[in-house]
Amino acid sequence: MTTLTISGGRLIDPAQGIDNLLDLFIQNGKIVGIGKPPKGFKAKTVISARHLIVSPGLVELSARLREPGLEQKASIGTEVEAAACGGITTLCYPPDTDPVIDTPAVMELIQKRAQKEGKAHLVILGALTQGLKGESLSEILALKTAGCVGVTNAWEPVVDLEFLRRAYQYAATFHLKIFIQPEDVFLSRRGSVHEGSVSARLGLIGIPSIAETIALATHLEVIRETGISAHFGRLSSGESIRLIQKARQAGLPITADVAVHQLHLTEAAVEGFNAFARVKPPFRLEADRKRLRKGVAGGVIQAICSDHQPHDFAAKTLPFEQTEPGLSGLETLLPLALDLYHQKEMSLSEVLACLTHKPAEILGIAAGHLAVGMPADICIFDPNASWQVDASSFKSAGHNTPFEGWKVKGQVKMTLFEGKVVHMHM
Amino acid sequence: MNKESTSIQFNSQGRLQHFLTIEGLHKSHILEILDLATSFLTVGKREVKKVPLLRGKTVVSLFFEASTRTRTSFELAAKRLSADLLNIPVGASSTQKGESLLDTLKTLQAMHSDMFIVRHPGSGASHFIAQHVVPGVAVINAGDGRHAHPTQAILDLLTIRQHKKDFSTLSMAIVGDVLHSRVARSILQALRILEVPHIRVVGPRTLIPKGIEEWGVHVYDSLEEGLVDVDVIMMLRLQKERMQGGFLPSEHEYYRHYGLTAEKLSCAKPDVIVMHPGPINRGVEIASEVADGPHSVILQQVSNGIAVRMAIMAMVLGRVAEAPIP
Repeated sequence: MTTLTISGGRLIDPAQGIDNLLDLFIQNGKIVGIGKPPKGFKAKTVISARHLIVSPGLVELSARLREPGLEQKASIGTEVEAAACGGITTLCYPPDTDPVIDTPAVMELIQKRAQKEGKAHLVILGALTQGLKGESLSEILALKTAGCVGVTNAWEPVVDLEFLRRAYQYAATFHLKIFIQPEDVFLSRRGSVHEGSVSARLGLIGIPSIAETIALATHLEVIRETGISAHFGRLSSGESIRLIQKARQAGLPITADVAVHQLHLTEAAVEGFNAFARVKPPFRLEADRKRLRKGVAGGVIQAICSDHQPHDFAAKTLPFEQTEPGLSGLETLLPLALDLYHQKEMSLSEVLACLTHKPAEILGIAAGHLAVGMPADICIFDPNASWQVDASSFKSAGHNTPFEGWKVKGQVKMTLFEGKVVHMHM
Repeated sequence: MNKESTSIQFNSQGRLQHFLTIEGLHKSHILEILDLATSFLTVGKREVKKVPLLRGKTVVSLFFEASTRTRTSFELAAKRLSADLLNIPVGASSTQKGESLLDTLKTLQAMHSDMFIVRHPGSGASHFIAQHVVPGVAVINAGDGRHAHPTQAILDLLTIRQHKKDFSTLSMAIVGDVLHSRVARSILQALRILEVPHIRVVGPRTLIPKGIEEWGVHVYDSLEEGLVDVDVIMMLRLQKERMQGGFLPSEHEYYRHYGLTAEKLSCAKPDVIVMHPGPINRGVEIASEVADGPHSVILQQVSNGIAVRMAIMAMVLGRVAEAPIP
């Protein structure tokens, strides 16, 4: 029997409104006591968390680990280590792998690989349509039975709205949530950056903000019609915040997240044809960045994610428009999100809520909070420790980050996964 | 303007080490190139059309996109400077075998060339190459995607200067597909640096970049209105593929509204000059009577191109100060 006490730390569990100096007691990988130990508890190991925050392990809503199919970029093995380094203990996996996750068989393959690594829980989104082609439905019920937490068509479009409506009706039948990254394919497919003054000057084809808002508005109407619960991911436009707010006020069962990099950078990041700043959806204007931050602080957006997309060297060393979008984000998620706390836009507990129990609620899983009987998935961090981002020291196989050289505040000191220390930087 | 995107073309002493874009150049840079190019104009008229400025230097022309005019102009410029020239039509070789641009570049670098002249369909490709060459190797952008064609902008300025006294009183209209045009982007930046007071762009809104007004440019929907009292007209080439994708319905309709005819030309000043980067589409963006007419300086632009490219190549290889023009 392994027993462990994390003592002396400031324990924050946003789900229960706990923010206090409390010890945490762990036995056989599970939390057995908060504040006071169960009767007869004797800790074999005591971890001192003095002057540190003890929080639930972070829950990441969108992590592409590149396996199966793109192992030249990364593997589940490298990326769960990066997750541990970033204090993340649960990762949500989109289905756009090769093969696509549209059958239980592919799901099981990924789950097995993750279990073998034993550093993070993987939860899986199934493909809404076979091969993500938008032509025929996947066996959604089979995917649900095999454990997928929702369905999505990822970046692939469903152009036929009658088909989309039926797909949502069918998924709603089995109470599956739909995950949407809103983007009109015709408005976006040729572009690589935000359509604005930078794209005009650099001669790059732009993606206008309406590529997002038109798709968002369309999906909202289909959601209203079908009554399905939906989550909108990776919003980039300020106008999207208004649409989400309005729809939530009207009672639509929807939630939304934003990628943390969108809270920091704008279209100016691609100046000099900086391929590391090519992301999807693209960085937009300062006004958008501000409205996204306000959206998070005001609760219109419930969760913050890293939208992790590790790339190999070759994918980013090409003329700009031939490069692939996306950044390696697991290891910078926490400090970049904590900026909202350091800039006094949110409390520490509010920021952590967006990284822990709220994304867990969106996924409908028991994670992201600290309660007796829960797996001991813990992130211990120093919110004030500064460090400099150095991609060459990333655990992720993807060294692609636009934050290279940034001085950030907030450092993960220890990550526990099911009571086991999977990362330590004391 | 962003420092990072433009500073790569200067060395630590502030001298040009690459020539990638007009953005970030100072007025003095542009005037210096124009003066040097002017002094090279006579070389082409001599019996022996050569100066020894780049003797012993290896220049590689690396064209990833078909081009006759620009490639020939650069080749003649290199030869008149006595450089050894290697012409690699890349479109037909390694990239079609799946080799990455970076690998192609490394291979060519191993052959110890001094300068790459690059034409590529991707915006930013010449920046990318300049970032990856070894120190001391110069990169000249001969056109990258929709981004920049800086040597073209300089030769356009030289042509204007031969006809118009003063940039500071000039009124100029650029007509046509500005959205897809690297020529337009580069000349617009150059005109701003030279503080040209009246810059207009004319074209259907499908072919004008969003936010172009931020560059101090006035946008006109109508060609007649856009040409009123201008000193210089630059017509842009219209690509056939614009008829797809909803940019334009037909060449015929485009010509009716935006084709430069003698009648429309009469809206401009009597001594207006008409330029075109070539190759021209007669009866699409310009009438033959105008292209071949007395206001046209299109062929003069071509002749100027060689001198301008000689000047730029000599400058980036640092050969100008130590070897005055004979």
